[in-house]
Amino acid sequence: MGVLVTLSHLSKTFDSGLQALANVDLQIGDGEFVSLVGPSGCGKSTALRLIAGLTKPTAGTISFPAGKPEMGFVFQEPTLMPWATALSNARLPLDLKGVARGEANGRARAALEETGLRGFEAAYPRELSGGMKMRVSIARAFVGRPKLLLMDEPFAALDEMTRAELNDDFLKLWKAAGLTVVFVTHSVAEAAYLSTRVAVMSPRPGRIVADIALGRAPTPDPSRRFSPELAADARRISDALHGAMKAAA
Amino acid sequence: MKELAKIFVPLLLGVAVFGLWQFLVRRYQVPVYVLPAPGDIAQAFVDNFAALMAAAATTLKIVAIAFLLALASGVLLAVLFSLSRVVELALYPYAVILQVTPVVAIAPLIVIWVHYERIELALLILAWIVAFFPILANTTIGLRSADRNLIDLLRLYGAGRFGILWRVQLPGALPYLLGAMKVSGGLALIGTIVAEFAAGTGNDTGIGWTIIEAGRNLHIATMFAALALLAAMGIAIFFALSALEWLLLRRWHESALAAQG
Repeated sequence: MGVLVTLSHLSKTFDSGLQALANVDLQIGDGEFVSLVGPSGCGKSTALRLIAGLTKPTAGTISFPAGKPEMGFVFQEPTLMPWATALSNARLPLDLKGVARGEANGRARAALEETGLRGFEAAYPRELSGGMKMRVSIARAFVGRPKLLLMDEPFAALDEMTRAELNDDFLKLWKAAGLTVVFVTHSVAEAAYLSTRVAVMSPRPGRIVADIALGRAPTPDPSRRFSPELAADARRISDALHGAMKAAA
Repeated sequence: MKELAKIFVPLLLGVAVFGLWQFLVRRYQVPVYVLPAPGDIAQAFVDNFAALMAAAATTLKIVAIAFLLALASGVLLAVLFSLSRVVELALYPYAVILQVTPVVAIAPLIVIWVHYERIELALLILAWIVAFFPILANTTIGLRSADRNLIDLLRLYGAGRFGILWRVQLPGALPYLLGAMKVSGGLALIGTIVAEFAAGTGNDTGIGWTIIEAGRNLHIATMFAALALLAAMGIAIFFALSALEWLLLRRWHESALAAQG
């Protein structure tokens, strides 16, 4: 398994003087599903934005040993263009790359179908539910066939049922596409259910305080949510998180 | 039922008021040069129909050109502002100065500069000055209100400054722009009439001049007819721009959704 991204001694201090990240070291391997878990404001989102190149580190480096991969980004909000249909929204990355309209439409339609939105191509965002909007957002992230998908609490604003459903559908997509995911969440249970590995961060300024390999391939199986293995994993993550909180207090 | 009430209640009130007006003027024999009855106004409208229509056409032409100029220059400048903070810092105060100076006060100067013979150009400039600012101010806010995350997403997918402007900022500013257009359309009309009054010469033949002339000759009924025509023009402009707004926003914007109930 090759290394896709290496963060070394990464620090970020904002112009306001706020230090978000302090000396973060993290390697993300090809095909991994890595969750970043930590308290609010610990710099999880900043880490994602640094990997995406949307902001520059104050110190340290981000390197891509196998070359900079094609990336996709999913935000907590669906972040759709309200004036565009589901199809046009899903097509956006292809439009920006200059893919011919006919081919782009075909691929966007396929991506919407994969996320369970067949028949909603012509719908505008305001006509869709919160869960469906998030599915459009995921279809848009998949349409460019990225190697690395960065997700910033994508399911946090959804109700419990929709969230569980999207977790499973997303795991199926992840497996089929064979891509690498860096997933920010503040839900221990969600991290334990989805990930192959969990990096626990300390309160601000964020550091990685525990790197927990869960040692299995996550499967979209709802019964697993209440299994003893998952409970044990959740406890390990939770213990590390509380340890970090206590140390900071 | 509610829809019908929306039309018939004000209509009924109008008929009642006009009826009472007509009755009182006749009953107390109010002279026509003080307050003409609605019937006298209608008669004046019919008698001067050709002249009134010609005047309305002249005014409307100036309003339309001034409005389109305001639209183009307002949007263009707002785009420049969003592309360059320096341009915004340099020009915005002057746009505000232009806006807060009463158009009546600038009018004589503009009229002198462009000469009385080209009075239509003066009217055009003055109408443009009043119609321009709402477009600039609202479009500037609209372009700035774009979703930060969406802009980041476009950057991640390799979009440049113009790609972001074209795909996210301009469509996002459309509701703001359309709202400003409704205000500016009315202002362009007001600006044109005010300019006609300020110029106060017979060189132009717009509806403003019709009112001045009718006043000087104590043709009060004609004055009322011209006023009614002016109000109708204002309403027509407002409805045309509201229809455009509805057409462009009905599929996706909350304001259009609320209108559907």
